[in-house]
Amino acid sequence: MPEADAVPEAPEAPEAPGIGRGPGRLLLSLYGVFTVAALSRAIVQISMQFDEAPLAYTLSLVAGIIYAVITVALWRGGEAARRLALVSCTVELIGVLVVGTMTVVDSSAFPDQTVWSDYGIGYLFLPVIVPISGLLWLRRSGPQPQQTA
Amino acid sequence: MLDALTIAVSATALLLAAWCGFAAFRDQSTKDWHFIGMAIVSLLVLVQLVVGVVKLSRGEKPHDGTVIFVAYLLGAACTIPAAGFMSLTERTRWGSAIVAAGGIILAVLEVRLYDIWGGISA
Repeated sequence: MPEADAVPEAPEAPEAPGIGRGPGRLLLSLYGVFTVAALSRAIVQISMQFDEAPLAYTLSLVAGIIYAVITVALWRGGEAARRLALVSCTVELIGVLVVGTMTVVDSSAFPDQTVWSDYGIGYLFLPVIVPISGLLWLRRSGPQPQQTA
Repeated sequence: MLDALTIAVSATALLLAAWCGFAAFRDQSTKDWHFIGMAIVSLLVLVQLVVGVVKLSRGEKPHDGTVIFVAYLLGAACTIPAAGFMSLTERTRWGSAIVAAGGIILAVLEVRLYDIWGGISA
């Protein structure tokens, strides 16, 4: 939790209840679900039919790992975790947009579905919505302008 | 599988989602009544899990494979308890929002379960 890396000279901003609280807790839950979904999907596909679409299945695995990183970061909290989550959410959003565009433009780019195909249409578009909400939330829950080296 | 059960789970899951979504909208955390609702939905999913396993043990084969079918059954069984647990750790409107999301996710899982079992042929 926040006091894990207590920096002596950094006065706690009043609005730093942790990135995993409030709306962050909802995000944490969603990321948890997506971690389980993407990782189990990737593991099943890689172990049973890897040769069919190695790229797509590897991508599912990468997506699952990114989701796992964000879940853990939200759970742990703290400024370092917040930055890690910001970077991961950005990577995730770029991934969804790139893969989504590729699959829409050229459906043969990925022979099998991934979580990010067609902008995550198979997952209620949550793969696009969640990283955007995540980025907004993480920006808002960051430290207010002060000298944070 | 058992279509009536799949429909019952989906319907109650969506009801739960609407109910808790309403609580979140009114800035309320989950109350005892919500947890009773979660228990009912979870119970239905557990019955579904048992029915699914019994059907498998009788030699019936899901259209998309046994592994995926069982994985989805287990995932469905864990969804609402997990959401309930998370809402206990977040005693604000956002805890209610988590259960609402859980209900929607469960309904989606039910649709997938239906497809995995074999759609109308079930």
